[in-house]
Amino acid sequence: MAEHEKTGKLLEVKDLHVSFFTPAGEVKAVGGISYDLDYGEVMGIVGESGSGKSVEAYSIIGLLQSPGKVIGGSITLEGEDVLAKSKEEMIALRGSKVAMIFQNPMTCLNPVYTIGNQLIEALKAHDKKVSKQEAAKRAMEMLELVGINNVEKRMRQYPHELSGGMRQRVMIAMGLICHPQLLIADEPTTALDVTIQAQILELMKDLQKKTHMGIIFITHNLGVVAEICDKVSVMYAGKMVEQGPVDDIFYKPGHPYTIGLLRSMPRVDAESYERLIPIEGTPVDMLNPPEGCPFAPRCESAMKICLQKMPPYVELEDGHRSACWLRVQEQLQREKQGAAETKEVPEHE
Amino acid sequence: MAKYVLKRVLMALITLLVVICLTFFLMNAVPGNPWLSEKTPTEATIDALNAKYGLDKPLIVQLGKYLENLIHLDFGNSIKMQKDRPVLEIILTMFPISASIGAIAILWAILVGVPLGCLAAYRRGTWVDSLLRVICTVGISMPGFVIATMLLHVFTGGIEGIKFFPALFKGTPESYVLPCLALGFYPMCYLSRQTRTAMLDAINQEYIKTARAKGLRNGKIIFKHALRNALIPVITYLGPQIAFTLCGGFVVETVFTIPGLGRYFVSSISNRDYPLIMGTTIFLAAFIIAMNLIVDLLYKLVDPRINLGKGGH
Repeated sequence: MAEHEKTGKLLEVKDLHVSFFTPAGEVKAVGGISYDLDYGEVMGIVGESGSGKSVEAYSIIGLLQSPGKVIGGSITLEGEDVLAKSKEEMIALRGSKVAMIFQNPMTCLNPVYTIGNQLIEALKAHDKKVSKQEAAKRAMEMLELVGINNVEKRMRQYPHELSGGMRQRVMIAMGLICHPQLLIADEPTTALDVTIQAQILELMKDLQKKTHMGIIFITHNLGVVAEICDKVSVMYAGKMVEQGPVDDIFYKPGHPYTIGLLRSMPRVDAESYERLIPIEGTPVDMLNPPEGCPFAPRCESAMKICLQKMPPYVELEDGHRSACWLRVQEQLQREKQGAAETKEVPEHE
Repeated sequence: MAKYVLKRVLMALITLLVVICLTFFLMNAVPGNPWLSEKTPTEATIDALNAKYGLDKPLIVQLGKYLENLIHLDFGNSIKMQKDRPVLEIILTMFPISASIGAIAILWAILVGVPLGCLAAYRRGTWVDSLLRVICTVGISMPGFVIATMLLHVFTGGIEGIKFFPALFKGTPESYVLPCLALGFYPMCYLSRQTRTAMLDAINQEYIKTARAKGLRNGKIIFKHALRNALIPVITYLGPQIAFTLCGGFVVETVFTIPGLGRYFVSSISNRDYPLIMGTTIFLAAFIIAMNLIVDLLYKLVDPRINLGKGGH
């Protein structure tokens, strides 16, 4: 698989808007987010429950359930417009080019069919010509690839006969059986024990290297992000508040929400037994989002303008951008200084 | 598995014994006797009749005698409705008629009800769902004789120029249509509602999301992944319902004058035909118990998580 590695843009999401039309009113679950993902790149999407991170991912694969609807923006996968595809084309896309794995492996496998049946079915959905024996062989290879032993027996077993970690491995095997270019992992470790979490993460990292697939890793766990991701998008209330390479996000966070997230995360290398600092306040009521920056009501350093206008993105470094008025201010100051310096230059000569 | 079935059969025998005793005492607790009719016989005649059929002995002795005969599959003779004809023979000649109508009725109820339930669940909230809801609610809440009489009126000449089916049951294929329609309508509606509920539950499960993410087609998602999981509550209902339907409906058999078993369940009681009451009750009870056992074995087929050996987890 690795011999014909593709490079360049795999996925491009531009100004995506997704709304849910509920009886109580329109909920703007995703309010204009943009990002790129290259072949073989791993991006984390971090945010709290209800921040729109899953909704955003479901739009890519066409699994948005009514009353959810993409109302604006574009999603381009390998140069093709995903939103323009017909229902049939989306069915063909799901599981072949883009695969998805979910949070709870305990409920994601159908309890009444064997592991083998469900794996083979995933392959046959996209490869009609494959024979039964060939499909079974491929399924067993996949199980071996995800670190399951005794595969012949496992093929005949039912989901309830396997542990949670094992089931998540099966889910991963099922996702990868058609060699997708993109894997969307919606909190794949959240429902697992900590030790199993580590194993699954290790496995995904390993598989990513072997198959060179792109991964969108949705999580609320920054530790997981640090472990596996190349870059991170931080979402809050349907907006992408910060985006950048994983090191930049951890060491030079540019948005108060990201800073808050980092401070509320336990660290092994903490100098003393400091208390974790929670983010005060409650998440946004998505039916009545505040004007301006959605995080402003909870933000320690909120200014007047924060409550009135959504800040534009400021490029902090290459590929690292943040939507915060503080950063806008800093940038303006820098520009002023820069302007002053350039004025000064001729005098030095 | 064999051990489980054996255990269940033993339990079934105990259940049957309880049913027999309860029915026996209840039936004797009801005032009146088999000999009452328009011309009330004299006291002496009644005593003589009671002595002839052993009804003069204490109840407990009568019960003992009945149970003893039952071991030899002797259900006694009818004492009123078909005088002196063996009860077992009555059941065995009447049951096939009721069962053939019942089987067709339950078959169409399943073949129509289950897919309609799936459709209603798949199209939930649309006009299709609403229409089916109205039809099924009507079918469930309307008494059987209304439907039977309506069918009888509409299709057998009650309306000028429409006479598709005979009004009297003659055993010909045409005469099966209306009774089967009437008898199957209620189970069809009930099944459809139950399937809808179970399907909605199944459709919202996460493995359906997985199936969609795999790129499966809707038909496969609904009929392979959702339906099999939705079948369990449906099968639960279906077991006893099959027993009831095969044993015939009193109303339908009366309206269409079908010489089936169904009528005897009710009329044997009003006639105080004691052996016939006992016979029909035991027959139905045994049938229902057997169906429940079959249903439990079917669960295992449908859902591999069910472990019959360990007392049902």
